[in-house]
Amino acid sequence: MDADLWSLYGLMFRSRLFEEAITRLWNDGLISGEMHLGTGEEAIDAGIVAQLRDGDAMALDHRNTPALLMRGVDAVAILRELLGRPSGLCGGLGGHMHLASRQHLAAASGIVGGTGPAGVGFALAAKTLRPGTLAVSFFGEGAMNQGMLLESMNLASAWKLPALFVCKDDGWSITAASAEMTGGDLAERARGLGLETAEVDGLDVEAVWAAAEVAMSGIRAGGKPVFLRARCTHLEGHFLGFQLLRAVREPLKEAGSIAVPLAGSLLRPGGGSLAERVSGLREVLARMRAALADPARGEAGDPVARVRARLTDVARRESVERDVERAVASAVAEALEEHAP
Amino acid sequence: VRMMRFSEAIDDAISEAMAEDPRIIVYGEDVPLLRRNLLVRFGGDRVRGAPISEGAFLAAGVTAAMAGLRPIVEVYMADFLGVAVDALLNHASKVRTFSGGTWTAPLVVRVPCGAGYGDGGQHGQSLWGWLAHIPGLVVAVPSTPADAGGLMTAALRHEDPVVFMEHKLLSESWLEFLGSSGRRAVSFDVPAEGARGPCPRPWQPLPFGKAICRREGTDVTLASVGVGVHRALEAAVLLEKDGISAEVLDLRSVSPLDVDAIRASVSRTGGLVAVDEDYQGFGLTGELAAVVAEAGIPARFARVATSATIPYARNLEAQALPSAERIRRAGMGLAQGGTT
Repeated sequence: MDADLWSLYGLMFRSRLFEEAITRLWNDGLISGEMHLGTGEEAIDAGIVAQLRDGDAMALDHRNTPALLMRGVDAVAILRELLGRPSGLCGGLGGHMHLASRQHLAAASGIVGGTGPAGVGFALAAKTLRPGTLAVSFFGEGAMNQGMLLESMNLASAWKLPALFVCKDDGWSITAASAEMTGGDLAERARGLGLETAEVDGLDVEAVWAAAEVAMSGIRAGGKPVFLRARCTHLEGHFLGFQLLRAVREPLKEAGSIAVPLAGSLLRPGGGSLAERVSGLREVLARMRAALADPARGEAGDPVARVRARLTDVARRESVERDVERAVASAVAEALEEHAP
Repeated sequence: VRMMRFSEAIDDAISEAMAEDPRIIVYGEDVPLLRRNLLVRFGGDRVRGAPISEGAFLAAGVTAAMAGLRPIVEVYMADFLGVAVDALLNHASKVRTFSGGTWTAPLVVRVPCGAGYGDGGQHGQSLWGWLAHIPGLVVAVPSTPADAGGLMTAALRHEDPVVFMEHKLLSESWLEFLGSSGRRAVSFDVPAEGARGPCPRPWQPLPFGKAICRREGTDVTLASVGVGVHRALEAAVLLEKDGISAEVLDLRSVSPLDVDAIRASVSRTGGLVAVDEDYQGFGLTGELAAVVAEAGIPARFARVATSATIPYARNLEAQALPSAERIRRAGMGLAQGGTT
């Protein structure tokens, strides 16, 4: 079967507009706390979710909005949850890192790596109660250094569970380059724990969709659990208002508060040798430069732009986009209507 | 005396201690960025980033300390200690006893805690009671920049493991990083005296288990730690308008607990309101009641704590956490002879 690019684009475009609306609400102070977006990983979410069937479960991380929306969770209920309303998806009690929909067998956690064991438990229930269904764990490559995630891969292997581990690899463990924090190769780790592994371009929704089909049909047929690694870039960094991105987008506003104490400490008597200080300064500057100048944060790293460019029937595309824009705007208006005091 | 902000004071105390003691190292997730000011002064061998592997790097801190280093291990939030608690529960806290007193683990765990900025119930817990429950751990919870720097200085000279809890609502850097993130459209109920205040130069270690009286009073004692101290001080002002004189005791560390100061104050006032942002059941508030009861002090008792999972919605969160108004009501109840 071929991927239906139009429906995949619809899912991705809707998710993007939805999260752009969330960004505005967050900037206006109507959403509190940290807000981790999935902008940049939509091709991974769409490719996986479009292959799910009734009874499949999802263990979601702190970037959970796209997958929930694509799975069919009510957009207004999600928004109201983020706004902290009693009528929200979780009664305003959970918040964006802890969204859950029992009906969809989907639950999120803000604990890095926590989706590994969560997916295994869902997979155990799937195998026992709903043969032919499976569970997906979503996580980033930073989580691959969390013991419980590796333990859960082994558990899925040992118990021959219908589990798919989806590693959304953006190269960043919060503010650290994952390459500097990780030994060895991730796929090799997963193979060493008895999983099948696959790698796919996480910006190419068609490729993710096809890889998910292969992985899931094997799992549903009783094959080994699968580790699927898909590379992407999170366009807003770790979370909205991410200090490192702010410092490059508004250098005049942010740089002083960083540079002044830094210079003071660098010159303070006592402490390391000159060489140690210089190497420390180099490390700080390199880290900031790397985060700021990540070239993938442009159009080339945007999966929505990429699939859009392939839809050459402009009239049809514009019509799809208009419908999505209207639907998202109406969901936001409906959620806010109740929010007004 | 100089004016410093809360986390600035902690970082400054660490920086001074590191200059004097080459055994002190700092590591944890994002530390090269978060502690960049230490990194440029002391270099990458002493200030180091860690992978998202709390279980491993916290437990490694225990043996690094046993073998001669003085590690400050940073864990992003108290909530995330759940991922790695074996290191504290079964190892750090047991070293002195298991070795028959011949070996110690001088490890400092620096961990942000607390709610009040709408981050949900998995990123706003306090958990100091849960940690203090374990014999062998010092649990420090400062409420002012001066105490924060002084308690950190003490922690870095202590021979046994210390969990140093840094309330995010008092911390200018954590609140900016996690709460406002550059936004002007959000506001937080930050206690001004806790967020910025006069600090001694040079830093002097503050002993653990020594409470301080923040406000003298005669009718009722309000005892707390961290942000709770400031809520109690606000409540004391309200109670004064009601004609009730409240004493406010800042415990400064949950373990060890300043049993003598609590008993002395409650003996004078005859009433205790235990105020705790941590969970109500099986925690600091119950411990305070036991401390008073065990001494046979006849006193009225009430508690204002967090009794359920902290809700995400800001308005519900505010209701769940101890507020000046809830403390005032509890104080009134005691003064009017309601609760015994």
